[in-house]
Amino acid sequence: MARFLSIWFPFLVTNSMVRLRPSLQQQPFVLTVPQRGRKVIEHASPTAIKKGIRRGMVVADARALLPELQLFNSKPGLETKLLTQLAHWCIRFTPVVAIDLPEGLLLDTSGCAHLWSGEAAYLQTIITKLKAAGYTAHGAIADTIGAAWAMARYGQEQQVVPPAAHWQDLLSLPPAALRLEAEVLERMKKLGFCKIGQLDAIPHSVLRRRFGQQLLHRMQQAAGHTEEWIEPVIPPAPFRVSLPSLEPIRTATGIALALEQLLDALCLRLAKEEKGLRTALFKGYRIDGGLQQVSIGTNRPVRNKAHLLKLFEQKLDTIAPELGIELFVLEAPVVEAFPAQQEALWKTLGGNEGIELTNLLDRITGHLGTACIRRYLPAAHYWPERAQYPATFLTEKTTISWKTDHPRPVQLLPLPEPISVAAPIPDYPPMLFRYKNEVHNIQKADGPERIEQEWWLEQGQVRDYYIVEDEKGARYWLFRLGRYEEGKPQWYLHGFFA
Amino acid sequence: MGQLRFHKTVFEQLQNEILQLQGLRAPLEAERVSVGLDSLQEAFPDGAFPLSAVHEFISCTKETAAATTGFMAGLLAPLMHRGCCLWISTRPHPYPPALKLFGVEPDQVIFVTARKATEALWAIEEGLKCATLAAVVGEVPELSFTASRRLQLAVEQSHVTGLIHRCTAQPPGIVACTARWRITPLASSAMEDLPGVGFARWQVELLKIRNGKPGIWQVQWTPQGFAVTLPEKKAPLSAIQKTG
Repeated sequence: MARFLSIWFPFLVTNSMVRLRPSLQQQPFVLTVPQRGRKVIEHASPTAIKKGIRRGMVVADARALLPELQLFNSKPGLETKLLTQLAHWCIRFTPVVAIDLPEGLLLDTSGCAHLWSGEAAYLQTIITKLKAAGYTAHGAIADTIGAAWAMARYGQEQQVVPPAAHWQDLLSLPPAALRLEAEVLERMKKLGFCKIGQLDAIPHSVLRRRFGQQLLHRMQQAAGHTEEWIEPVIPPAPFRVSLPSLEPIRTATGIALALEQLLDALCLRLAKEEKGLRTALFKGYRIDGGLQQVSIGTNRPVRNKAHLLKLFEQKLDTIAPELGIELFVLEAPVVEAFPAQQEALWKTLGGNEGIELTNLLDRITGHLGTACIRRYLPAAHYWPERAQYPATFLTEKTTISWKTDHPRPVQLLPLPEPISVAAPIPDYPPMLFRYKNEVHNIQKADGPERIEQEWWLEQGQVRDYYIVEDEKGARYWLFRLGRYEEGKPQWYLHGFFA
Repeated sequence: MGQLRFHKTVFEQLQNEILQLQGLRAPLEAERVSVGLDSLQEAFPDGAFPLSAVHEFISCTKETAAATTGFMAGLLAPLMHRGCCLWISTRPHPYPPALKLFGVEPDQVIFVTARKATEALWAIEEGLKCATLAAVVGEVPELSFTASRRLQLAVEQSHVTGLIHRCTAQPPGIVACTARWRITPLASSAMEDLPGVGFARWQVELLKIRNGKPGIWQVQWTPQGFAVTLPEKKAPLSAIQKTG
C-alpha cells in the first residue's frame, strides 16, 4: 500500500529570508517583481499578511496601507533552489523525495514510517525539525498524492489520513484542493460549488461538459483510480544500502565500522545477483545538514569486501563528521555482471589478468586519482598524436598491430615546440636549428616523411618530418608545418629519439 | 701457500654469505634472462643481468633522458615475456608506438603519471611489491637513500626488477641500488656509407654494480637487439668512487 506525504511551506521564501537575517523576524516585508512597469508583490512575510498585504498587490497600494513595509527584489528560480535543498535534507526520511512547485515537497513514505514508530510520530518529527529550522510547514499523509496535497493545504496543520479514508475526508474540502486551474475554479464559484462533495454527486459526463477533462482526471488522481508518478530529486540507485545510527557518530572507528557493515550488506547482495561494482559512493549525512562523501572506482567488477575496504580506507580520513553523522549510505552507481565462475578465474590467471595487478591498480587509482593510469592500444592513424588511444579496461585488445615501418621518437612532446632553423633549399633538411637558445648543427638527417592532416577529423596543414642528428649525437624529430610554396612555414621540434 | 689458499676460500665463503644476507644470490639456470648485451654481460655478477634488483639510471638533459628511455626499453623487452610492466613517471610518459621498435609490446605497459615525486615513489614501491609484474620503471627527479632502501627491500620480497630513471641536473647521491648506469647518445654509425641517420648508438657507462665489474661500452640498437660496437674500457676510477 503506497503512502505519500505532502509538505506545504506557505512562507517558503520569506522564511528563508528570515533564516538569513534574523532581524526581519518581526518586520513586515515583501519580495517584489517588476510587471508592466510597476512592482508587484510576489511573496509577503507572515507579519505583512496579518496587516492585510496580499500576494499580487501593487507595491504602491501596499505602501499606502503599511508605510513601514520593507521591499526586496525577488530572484527567479529561488523557490526551486530552496526546495531542492529541503528535498535533499528530507532524504534521511525516505529515499524518494520530489519537488512539488511552487511551494511543496512530496515524499513517498511507503514502508518508512514504522522506523519512527508510526506515521503520526514520523510526521511530527519532520514538521518539528522543519519548524526548528525556521520554516512554517504543513504536512499530511494519505494514500494518494492528490489527497495528501489537498490535506496539507486545506486540512489541519498535521494530519494523517488513515488508509482508504482519504476520499471521505476530501469531500468537505473546497474544489481548489483538487489542483485545478484558476479559470475552472472561478466558474465553480459562480455556479455555487464550494465543496468537493457537491461535485461528487454529479454524473461524470456532465462534469466533463461543464469543466473539462482536467477536473475528472484530478478527481480520479485524488481518489486513487488513476496512477500518479513523482520524479525523485535523487534517482534511487538500484544498489544502495543505508545505515541510520542511534547516536550521531563522530569517531573514525565508528565510521569505519559503519562502512564495514554496509559493505557486508552490499557484497552479499552483489553476490546474490552475480554482480560486481565498478564505482562505489559512501555518504554520511551529518546532523547539521552537511553531506560528506567519498567515492572509489575499480578497474574490474569487484565484490570482495576486504579489497573494497582497503580502497575506502585510503580516503576515509577526508570525512569530517563535525557534530556527528546520523545516516550512512553506500551506493554502487555502476555495476557489471560478474559471475561466480569468473571470480575463480581471476584468482588463477596470471599476467595481465591477475587479480593482484588489478588490486594494485585500484590502490594507485585511489591514491593518485582516476586519470593517472593509462594503457594504450594502437589506432589506425598516421598522425602521431592519434596513433594510439587509451584502453578503457585492462584486458581490452584490438586487431590492429603497432606500426614499425617508420622510426618514432621515444619521447614525444605533448605540444610541438617552435624552433628557428636554417635550411638551404626547399624540401631539404635544415642545416642547423635553435632550440631553447642552443644551436644544434645537424650532421645527419633523414626525411622528409610527409604526414597529412586527416581532413575528416580535423582541418590543418601537412607536416614534413625529419629525423636529424646533431654534432653531439643527440637525435631529434623536427617537422615543417605546411608546404614551402605557401609562404614561410614554421618549424617545430616534436620529439627526442633514443 | 696452502694457508693462503685456505684464506681465499674462507674469504669467498664469507663474501657469499654477505651477499646472500643482502638478498643477492647466484641465479638458477631457469631464472636467467638474457638481455642480449653480449660482451657487456660479463660485467654482471655470474654473467647474468641482475633480476629482482633495483637498477638506477641517471641522466641530466632531455637528450640523455631519451637515450636512457630507449636503453631501458631494450632491457625491458626480454623481461616482459613474464608479464606486463608498470611505467610510473612524474614527467610525460614515453611515446607508446616507439616502444614497439625496442621490442616492447606497448599495450603491455601500464603508464602511471604522478604529480609529485613522493606519490611516484609510493606507487613504485607498491608496484615492486606486486609479484605478478615483470618489471617496474620509475622516472623520478629525486631518489633519497631511504627511498632506495625501501625499494630494495620490496624487490627482495617480490623478485620484481625495478629500473629507476633519475632525470635531474643534480649530482647523484648515495643510493642502495644494485647498479648505476649512465647512458649518453653517440653519433650513429652510417651503415655501409649510406646517407641519413643510422641505428641508435649510446655510450653505456656501468658506474656501479654490486659484485660485478664496472666499465664503459659503446652499444648500438639494431633490429636484432643490442650490439656492443666498442668493447669495454675501464671506467675512470673517480667516477666509481664518487658513486659510493
